Amino acid sequence: MTVTTTSEGTHTEEAPAGHPPTSTGLSNEKVAMWAFLGSECLLFGALISTYLLYRGRSAPNTITPEDVYDIPYTSVSSFVLLMSSLTMVLALAAIQRGDHRRVRIWLLTTGLLGASFVAGQMYEFTVFYREGLKISSNLFGSSFFVLTGFHGAHVTLGVLMLLSLWSLSLRGKLPASRSETVELVGLYWHFVDIVWIVIFTVVYLIP
Amino acid sequence: MAIVTEPPRPRQVLAPPPAPVRLLRRPTGYSKGLWGWISTVDHKKIGLMYLGTAFVFFLIGGLEALLMRIQLGSPENSFLSAETYNQLFTMHGTTMVFLVIMPLSAGLGNYLVPLQIGARDVAFPRLNAFGFWVFLVGGLFMYSSFFLGGAPNGGWFGYAPLSTTMPGHNMDYWSFGLQILGIASLSGAVNLIVTVINMRAPGMSLFRMPVFTWMTLVAQFLLLFAMPVIAVALFLVMFDRMFGANFFDVQAGSDPLLWQHLFWLFGHPEVYILILPAMGVVSEIIPTFARKPLFGYQVMVFSGIAIGFMGWGVWAHHMFASGLGPVATSAFSASTMFIAVPTGVKIFNWLSTLWRGKIRLTTPLLFAVGFVAMFTIGGLSGVTHGVVPADTQQTDTYYVVAHFHYVLFGGSMFGLFAGAYYWWPMFTGRMLDEKLGKLHFVLTFIGFNMTFGPMHILGLQGMPRRIYTYPSQRGWDFWNFISTVGSFFIAAGVLVFIYNMIKTRRSPKCGDDAWDGRTLEWSIPSPPPEYNFAEIPTVVARDDFWHRKYTEDDEGRPVVRTPAETSADVDADNALRAAVDEPDGDGDDPAAEGSQGADGEAAGDLTADATDADGAVTDGDGAGHDEGVEHDEHDDEHDDEEHEPHIHMPSPSYWPAVTSVAFAVIAYGMIYRVWIVAILGGVWLLGGFYAWSLEPATAPEEPEPEPEHSTDLEPVAGSRD
Repeated sequence: MTVTTTSEGTHTEEAPAGHPPTSTGLSNEKVAMWAFLGSECLLFGALISTYLLYRGRSAPNTITPEDVYDIPYTSVSSFVLLMSSLTMVLALAAIQRGDHRRVRIWLLTTGLLGASFVAGQMYEFTVFYREGLKISSNLFGSSFFVLTGFHGAHVTLGVLMLLSLWSLSLRGKLPASRSETVELVGLYWHFVDIVWIVIFTVVYLIP
Repeated sequence: MAIVTEPPRPRQVLAPPPAPVRLLRRPTGYSKGLWGWISTVDHKKIGLMYLGTAFVFFLIGGLEALLMRIQLGSPENSFLSAETYNQLFTMHGTTMVFLVIMPLSAGLGNYLVPLQIGARDVAFPRLNAFGFWVFLVGGLFMYSSFFLGGAPNGGWFGYAPLSTTMPGHNMDYWSFGLQILGIASLSGAVNLIVTVINMRAPGMSLFRMPVFTWMTLVAQFLLLFAMPVIAVALFLVMFDRMFGANFFDVQAGSDPLLWQHLFWLFGHPEVYILILPAMGVVSEIIPTFARKPLFGYQVMVFSGIAIGFMGWGVWAHHMFASGLGPVATSAFSASTMFIAVPTGVKIFNWLSTLWRGKIRLTTPLLFAVGFVAMFTIGGLSGVTHGVVPADTQQTDTYYVVAHFHYVLFGGSMFGLFAGAYYWWPMFTGRMLDEKLGKLHFVLTFIGFNMTFGPMHILGLQGMPRRIYTYPSQRGWDFWNFISTVGSFFIAAGVLVFIYNMIKTRRSPKCGDDAWDGRTLEWSIPSPPPEYNFAEIPTVVARDDFWHRKYTEDDEGRPVVRTPAETSADVDADNALRAAVDEPDGDGDDPAAEGSQGADGEAAGDLTADATDADGAVTDGDGAGHDEGVEHDEHDDEHDDEEHEPHIHMPSPSYWPAVTSVAFAVIAYGMIYRVWIVAILGGVWLLGGFYAWSLEPATAPEEPEPEPEHSTDLEPVAGSRD
């Protein structure tokens, strides 16, 4: 039991959270999150493989990536998503210091940056759709929308978790002793970001 | 409300978690009856529910098989229509793989893994319940298709573009149903992996774990990585079927092999997901009844791990006939033959364990030996599939059907039947009748070989799979008839098994250690109490329980420890068990730093996660269970009382069951394109998860509003979810 708490609920800084002893010393939640992320790697691996398999194989005279892509626009929204990883780190550092005001600021910022990314993706999808790219258009349409859509759904889920944490913190239900919860959401968030780096490269940048 | 354990151990405070949002009143206590089962988070009850549900699906899947065998018993039979036959073979395969063998293994793993590693529950009890309920919902959802327009009819492998272009909702039920079952498997896999990695009793290093736990662990890792691959494949099918995507539309330029690659990249690890737990069961049973330690324990474990890794590199042997090109086929042919090596190692180790053992020929051992023999035959016919020219001839013939029934029925099911007989006394406290058990084995063994042996011949004679009837001039009549007769022998065996379960319902109680077992699960009462271990045991040896009961003579034969020896040895053991508190250089000593204090003599202390530790100290032998332990899981009020230690178990919860239903709602809404229902299902799911995560793992009797200071400390070792 690494936690030292008193009935007043104060905590020592080195204690990450209230966890009973485990065989590895890592909390169950953290091991579970890593296992889950390992599983997610295969999910995105399969989706990205599918996209790569179908790159450039669309039926001739159908819409192509070059027809619709707006690389500067997507680069900006990618930058927004990557910056949210930074604010996520700041949120974790804040809760580990017990600075609850900054925890709320950074959690909210991270959530809003993520939400901006999702909003940007929705706008992008709408534009593409107007320009004639549908899921049923060709192989590019199918694999593009499914791959980036799955990533967008993951970001949306992450935004929900961040905003939930923010609201818990607002109501005073996110004490520093539960900083590991923030850390776990952070792990998920960074994973989703890293996946986006791969997707952005594979889908948008490789000609 | 808070207790503070005494120094020098670090202090620990139990403050009540914040009052949860409650729509339903939280069930408290271990209520009996239906609600008790629905809200349970006890891994043993969940394990039994898995086993019971899977057995019912086994009967249904078996019935489907019998109907098909009746149809094929004579040529040009009109007992079943082609369409019905398609539905039956699809559902038979899907049922036996996803609704029988996987949940039977999951059930055994759920029940036994915590007991074998000395834990009170799994890492995430509610997630565990969730996994079961999602499995049940997925199974019922899939079977509801029979009443809603027809069951899936495109084969359990759902080859696209066939599965994406078939009319009707049949294959929608298949793809959504498997998707739901995948969620169940994934949550179960995460849970069991964390349990094994994190919740081992002190001294239970990885290489002291029973082989069943090891094989379950490997199988869960396979599930963890294989499930997302099939999930993606099923999503692609769903997008093709429902939203007009082109993933499997060859006219749009798609690659028809994409489905096969994704499916078999999941499907071949899946084969090992189905067989590894059964191998683990057999590795427990053979040493017990040969009264010898397992021959080559490390090699057994490493070959299991090797199978787990190599299982990822052989999938394309399912696709030799699809024209992959000579390089790919050669590589996969070689890897397929390679994977027979660790499997063969296991077979020789089982035989060596039996060699010169003091064999007790009980029903579990009969089934276990039957497993070894039948699996060897299935493994050998599997090697013939690895030879590309031979495989090209065998593809899509009954030879393949014979092969995979020898490994999945002769292998997995024999192993699971062995496990059922072996652990039945632990589940119920009563023995199954041995005579009936042997009759069950004899009927199953004869019937199995009569049914599936002739399929080798039929396959080599060229009889294709998945045909609902055949003309009589092909020379297939005789062996098909024999095969049909054999299938009724199997059915008779299953009936004997059912009769046995009913008959022994009221038989006298057997002891706690029915078979003179070797592993920790036999050291506690049968059936085990909710908290499993009154004292968390401290493990000093592989086969720790055996080590406590027996010592060896000069020739290595087991000698019962006499009481005098026992007390002397217990002292020695205590020294050993105390020494376990120090890292033992094993490389993976589970002792969590800082958790075990310096007082090595008090091995019993390790129980005391959230209890008044000092009251729980015993001699560390684990023999004194039940003494002085009040079993009172939910009464936090009593925490302050000094006189008796309490074992806190996670509280029951309705949320896992309530949440799981949402998946079926979403799936129905999507299949019938009633989007409002699908959205409602999504809200239901989200709401369920929120309610779940705001609900503390252990319900306080009276929640006190001090949220800001809540430490939300979980009493049971690591049980939070």
